Amino acid sequence: MPKRLISSFASGKIVSALLPLVAVTGALLVGALILLLLQKNPVEAYSAMFSGAFTNKNGLADTLVKATPLLLVGLGIAIAFRGGVINIGAEGQLIVGALFTTWLGLTIGERLPGWITIIIALLGGTLMGGFWGAIPGYLKAKLSVNEILSTVMMNQIAIQIGYYLLRGPMIDPAELAAGTNIPQSARLPRSLDLPRFTDIAKALGFTERAKDLGLTGFQAQLYGLFVEPTRLHVGLLIAIVMAVLVYIFLWRTTIGYRIRAVGINPAASRYAGINVDRYVVLSMGLSGALAGMAGAVEILGLHHRMFEPLAVSAGYGFSGIVAALFGKLHPLGAIPSSILFGGLLVGGDKMQRAVQIPQVMVTAVLGLVVLFVVSSEIWSRRRANRRVSTNNSNASETEVSV
Amino acid sequence: MNEGLSLTAILVGIIHSGIRLATPYLYAAIGETFGQRSGVLNLGVEGIILMGAYAGFYVVFQTGNLFFGVLAAAVMGGALGLAMAFVSITLQAEQGISGIGLFMFGLGASSLLFKTTLGTVEGVSGFPELNGCLSGLGIQSDFCAGNIPIVGQIFFGYNLMVYAAFALVPVAWWVLNKTTWGLNIRSVGQNPQAADTLGISVARVRYATVTLGGVLAGIAGASLSIALLNIFQENMTNGMGFIAVALVYFGSWTPFGVLAGALLFSLINALQLWVQVLGLNIPSDMAVMLPYLLTIIVLAVPFKRSLQPAALSKPFERGEN
Repeated sequence: MPKRLISSFASGKIVSALLPLVAVTGALLVGALILLLLQKNPVEAYSAMFSGAFTNKNGLADTLVKATPLLLVGLGIAIAFRGGVINIGAEGQLIVGALFTTWLGLTIGERLPGWITIIIALLGGTLMGGFWGAIPGYLKAKLSVNEILSTVMMNQIAIQIGYYLLRGPMIDPAELAAGTNIPQSARLPRSLDLPRFTDIAKALGFTERAKDLGLTGFQAQLYGLFVEPTRLHVGLLIAIVMAVLVYIFLWRTTIGYRIRAVGINPAASRYAGINVDRYVVLSMGLSGALAGMAGAVEILGLHHRMFEPLAVSAGYGFSGIVAALFGKLHPLGAIPSSILFGGLLVGGDKMQRAVQIPQVMVTAVLGLVVLFVVSSEIWSRRRANRRVSTNNSNASETEVSV
Repeated sequence: MNEGLSLTAILVGIIHSGIRLATPYLYAAIGETFGQRSGVLNLGVEGIILMGAYAGFYVVFQTGNLFFGVLAAAVMGGALGLAMAFVSITLQAEQGISGIGLFMFGLGASSLLFKTTLGTVEGVSGFPELNGCLSGLGIQSDFCAGNIPIVGQIFFGYNLMVYAAFALVPVAWWVLNKTTWGLNIRSVGQNPQAADTLGISVARVRYATVTLGGVLAGIAGASLSIALLNIFQENMTNGMGFIAVALVYFGSWTPFGVLAGALLFSLINALQLWVQVLGLNIPSDMAVMLPYLLTIIVLAVPFKRSLQPAALSKPFERGEN
C-alpha cells in the first residue's frame, strides 16, 4: 500500500526535500491557530518549547534521550514501509521488548559480567519485538490479514500482557511487601545500566566542569551535555549505529534490495522469483525488532525497571511514524528528524511548565505533521509524473526521427 | 462466586451490557462502512470519536441540552470527516498513514481541549434509560415493560442513543442496497473508472460517504460521553475506533455483518466484565485481551476477502491506468 509514498519520496529534488519543512511549518501554524482559539499566546508557547528543548544542556540531553527510541522505532517503520507493509504496532513491539529485557535482566541478575548481560538483554528484547512484529507479517502473508488492523490489536494484547506480568509474576517484591501493588518490576542491578555520556567522559579523563574551563553561553551548555551529569546515555549511539546499519542493509545488500523491490512492486518481484510472502514476514519482523530494541534501550538506559506499559511506550510507536515520514523513510534522514521530534516532545513538557499549555498539544501537532507530510506528497508526485511524461515524449520523438 | 445471582440473571446481565456496549461501535463502524464501500479507508475514526465525545460532552456540560450535544458531536465529526475526505480524495494521500495522523490529532486536540476547558473529569446527566413504563405515558399504572422477566429485561432499559444505533443498521442496509446513491457508492468502490465513464462523480460520492462516516463517528463519541458513560476523559476510547474499522472487515462491508460483529465483540467484552464482577479466578488483564485476540482470529477467516471493495484505499485519478 505505501507504494505511492515510496515512489514520490524517491523522486528527490529540492522541492520534495523542502516539502516536509513546509509541512511542519503548516502544522505549527494550525497549532498556533488552535492556541489562539484557546486564548493562549502561540509565540510564547513556541519560544518556551524551543528554548526548553534546544538551548541548555538538560533540555538537549532530554531531547537526545527521547530521540533515541524515536530513531529506533522510526528505522523499523521505514523498513516496513519500504517493504510495502504498514506497521502501526511499534507500541506493542516496544512493550514486549521492554518486558523481555527486564525479565532477562532480573533473571540473570549479577551472575554474569554486566556487559554480557546487557548484550543478552538487549538482543533478547530485540528478538522479542521481532517475534511480535513477525506475527502480523505472517498473518498478512499467509492469511491476507490486514496488517494495520492486526498490529493495532497486537498493541492492545501487548499492553494487557504487560499489566498481567507486572501485577503478577514480575511485580516488584517490595510493592507486594508494602501492599501498594503498583504494577512495576524490581529495579535491575546497577551493573546493567547502560553507561551515560558523563561516565564515558569521566573514563576518558574529562572531569572539569564547563565553568572551570571558563566556557560560557551555548558552548558551555554543549560541553556540559557531553561531560557533566545528564540523563544522556549510550543508547543514542546504538540508535545512530543502527541507522547506518539499516541504510547499508537496505541499499547495499541483496536482501535489502529485495525488501525494497517487494515494496515497490510485489507482482513484478514475484515474477522475478522473489518469495514475496517471506519478505513481508521479514520486513515486519525487522520492523518489530527495531521497536523491541527501542524498548530494551529504554529499560537499560533510562528506566532501569519495567512499569506501566503505556508509560514506557509513551506513544513512541506513533511518534516514530512521524519521525520516519519526516525523514522521508530514509534511515539516515531519520536521524535529524528524530532529534527534531524528540525536541518537540521535550519542548512540550517545558511549555506546559513555563506557560501552562498542556503538553498534549504536541500530540495534536504531530498528527498534523503526518497529515501535512502525506498530503504534500501530491506535489512531488505530480512533478515526478510530469518528468516521466516528458521523457516518454522525447523517447517517442527519437523513435520517429529514426 | 456471587451466590445471590442465578445463571439466568447473569446471562441476561451479560446480554444487556453487551447490547449497550455495542452502541458506539455500531455508529462508528456503520459510518466507516459507507466510506470503505466507496473505496476510502478512514483509519482516523478513533480521533474523530474522541473529538465527537468531547464536543458532545462540552455542549451538554454548558447547556444541559442533550440534542445540542449530539448535534455538536455530529458537526465536529462531519468537519473532521470532511478534512479526511480532502486529504484522501483531493490530495490523494496514503490512507493508511493519513488516518494515523488524524487519530493523533484527535487524541491530542481532544485532550488539549479537555485540559484547557474542563480540567477535571466532570459528570453530566445524559440520556435517560427507557424502561417502557406506562407511567411515562401519563397512564396511572406501575407496569414497566423493562420488568418483564428475560424478554423485557433484554429489550428495555437502554437510552435513545442505543436504540437509534440499532435502528441505523437496516437504514444503512437500505441506503446501500436499495437506493441509487447506494448503487453509486458501491460502483465507485468497486470500479471507479467505470463509474466515472457512466458520469458518476467519484470524488463527490466519496466526499459524501467519508463526511457521513465522520458524522457517525462523532455521534459514536457522543454516545459514549453523554449516553453511556456520561463523562469525558482523555483517550476514553482506548482503541475503539480501530476496533470499529476492524468490524467493517469482520462484517464483510455489510451493515448486518457489522451488527453481528459489533454484538459478538461487545458480548465477549461484557462477558469479560462480568467475569471480573463475579470474581472468577481468571486474571482480569488476560480477560481484557480476549476481544482483541478474537478480532485477529476473525480477520484471518478466509472466505470474506473476495467481498472487499476492489478500489479500497486506492485514490482515483482520471486517466490513470
